[in-house]
Amino acid sequence: MSVGNDAMGTRNDASRPPAGPRRVFVPRDALAVALGADEVALTLQAECSRRGLAIDLVRNGSRGMAWLEPLVEVETAAGRIAYGPVTPDTVIPLLEAGLLEGSDHPLCQGPTGSIPFLAGQQRMTFARVGITDPLSLDDYAAHRGWAGLRRAAAMTSAEIVAEVVESGLRGRGGAAFPTGIKWRTVLEAPAKRKYVVCNADEGDSGTFSDRMLMEGDPFMLIEGMAIAALAVGASAGYVYVRSEYPHAIAALEAAIRRAEAAGFIGADVLGTGHAFQLEVRRGAGSYVCGEETALLESLEGRRGMVRAKPPLPAISGLFGMPTIVNNVITLATVPAILAQGAGAHRDLGTGRSRGTLPFQLAGNIRRGGLVELAFGTTLRALVEEWGGGTRSGRPVKAIQVGGPLGAYVGPAHWDVPLDYEAYAAIGAAIGHGGIVVHDDTADLAGLARYAMDFCAHESCGKCTPCRIGSTRGVEVIDRIVAGRDREAQVVLLRDLCETMRHGSLCALGGMAPYPVLSALEHYPADFGLADTASSAPGDAR
Amino acid sequence: MPIGGAHRRSTAYAPVDPDHIAATTGPGHDAAMNSFRSDRPRHAHAPNAAADVTSAAIAAHQDRPGALLPILHAIQDALGWIPDESVPRIARALSLSRAEVHGMLTFYQDFRRSPPGRHVVQICRAEACQACGADALYAQAERLLACSGGQTRADGAVTLEAAYCLGLCAAAPSLRIDGRLHARSSPEHLRALVERLGELR
Repeated sequence: MSVGNDAMGTRNDASRPPAGPRRVFVPRDALAVALGADEVALTLQAECSRRGLAIDLVRNGSRGMAWLEPLVEVETAAGRIAYGPVTPDTVIPLLEAGLLEGSDHPLCQGPTGSIPFLAGQQRMTFARVGITDPLSLDDYAAHRGWAGLRRAAAMTSAEIVAEVVESGLRGRGGAAFPTGIKWRTVLEAPAKRKYVVCNADEGDSGTFSDRMLMEGDPFMLIEGMAIAALAVGASAGYVYVRSEYPHAIAALEAAIRRAEAAGFIGADVLGTGHAFQLEVRRGAGSYVCGEETALLESLEGRRGMVRAKPPLPAISGLFGMPTIVNNVITLATVPAILAQGAGAHRDLGTGRSRGTLPFQLAGNIRRGGLVELAFGTTLRALVEEWGGGTRSGRPVKAIQVGGPLGAYVGPAHWDVPLDYEAYAAIGAAIGHGGIVVHDDTADLAGLARYAMDFCAHESCGKCTPCRIGSTRGVEVIDRIVAGRDREAQVVLLRDLCETMRHGSLCALGGMAPYPVLSALEHYPADFGLADTASSAPGDAR
Repeated sequence: MPIGGAHRRSTAYAPVDPDHIAATTGPGHDAAMNSFRSDRPRHAHAPNAAADVTSAAIAAHQDRPGALLPILHAIQDALGWIPDESVPRIARALSLSRAEVHGMLTFYQDFRRSPPGRHVVQICRAEACQACGADALYAQAERLLACSGGQTRADGAVTLEAAYCLGLCAAAPSLRIDGRLHARSSPEHLRALVERLGELR
């Protein structure tokens, strides 16, 4: 993706003789900020000012290479040159070494687009993130922004839905339900008012793609929600963002104001006569509010208690009205599908997992960050080739895929293609694409206990298997580890997990057994068990 | 490996003004950056202030669909916590029972029912951060701050809490002090951060 076209068909990082002040990019992304990006920006601005060097400082999204953040890019005649990780005290040495000319320096990473971690990706949803100024309508339009919405505005609702169905897009939050089918249900439900709700309560440890997208390309999410609104006849939309993401909330709110002022959303979407009012709502620290019905309860001003389904939110959702509830990445992929045609998405991937997923490499990993690839890549490729193994340099012991409710995938399965059905077949789940790597200092019994404890604390409390099961689960694991009545407690733990799997009202209780049973199966020694003692067929699969 | 302490992970919410971010591309960025950081101290307010803040929050949000969560956020953003006296006022304004409002307050981890310490230190203890030594960092924080996790120190100087995912999982371990994020932390880094807080040594 160096000099050439990306998945959006735009030329990014292309050679372009800079006119006027040199453009310098310092990310505004929360991870970059947490590593000092604001101080770097301030120092850079101050130092250039002091030296009479005119620069045009752009706070862009993150390119997704965490080990290089803060990543500073300079736009030169040869394209964008990257430097990282930059700290406030390296700004002056960099300037003196010729940062603004893209000169060589130990921190120089060369042309950004040529960095192997980026060059090998297939960025469809994240095509603009890190490249544009996230709040610039001009930048967005110059990079094929609003092309999807313009096309949708000239289509009928049924045609828009058909395009999404054809693309094979499935929910990226984790349930992987076919998005087009969900939209069709909402379209066909008769009601005076319909809603589009974006689930941005990205609470899973090891996940940050929603956050990066909202901070790095908020217009793409807005465009996707507007297209959804046209598809089903919705007049209002909400983005429910977890409160732990203030930078994302701020970026979204600013982007919404600008998009509204420019007529892309608001009283009249692109002159179609359809109104679509969009607003951000802040969560309040409840993990279960990432479950779609608990989220709706929270939006309605109530405790995040899970609702029984049926009725589906598509029929009776927010305030009882037909509602689309979709994840950030799902909605942000829609503009690309509308702009490029369903085939561009449908033709990538494997099996019934079409398109791309922005995988997130996290935890004890040397090169953590965002890797967007078509479905079909493997865990081994992501962790070893992209991620470079552990940050500590010690052996990889365990990899949890899919967040706190995802299984620890054993080494025997690291070559299974990342495909929704293939992972389900090995008793694992892709979920939202988060991958957390642990080295050999990890205690999997402790992590299994944590899974149960987390479930107990985050449980909405409505159903007994989750509320009580997780509480008892902590106690049972403690007894196993302490060696009290160990064999019988292992049997009990499996039985308990079975009840939680099949009896819970939602995926919180329903999937807490995944990390627990997979830890038990693949790492029995951590529980004080011999290898043979724990292998029981059926449960962990 | 118990989670330790109360499972309290209320945020010291630090609203970020996006127009100030945009201002870093031009003049006035110093002021912009300073307000962008938003590490405002939290103090208990006089009862009048609490009533005024509550009234203002109600007035600003009561006509919105699903008003209760925005109202509670508005009060806590202004005061740093939600006084008990606010509950019946909110209930009356929204035609809810006090139990329903109390139920919201106690369901959501963010909301505090008593003032936090002058500084709020939150250390992420979720899986990705655990993989990079978060538990040891948390224990170190308890020692450095002389404060048990999930508690506010007796002298009111600091509250130490666990957070469960700040979304910085590719640069673990992470923490947040007075609303300001820090990633790729370490025992040395934490020590330096605590030193900068001065009065907490």
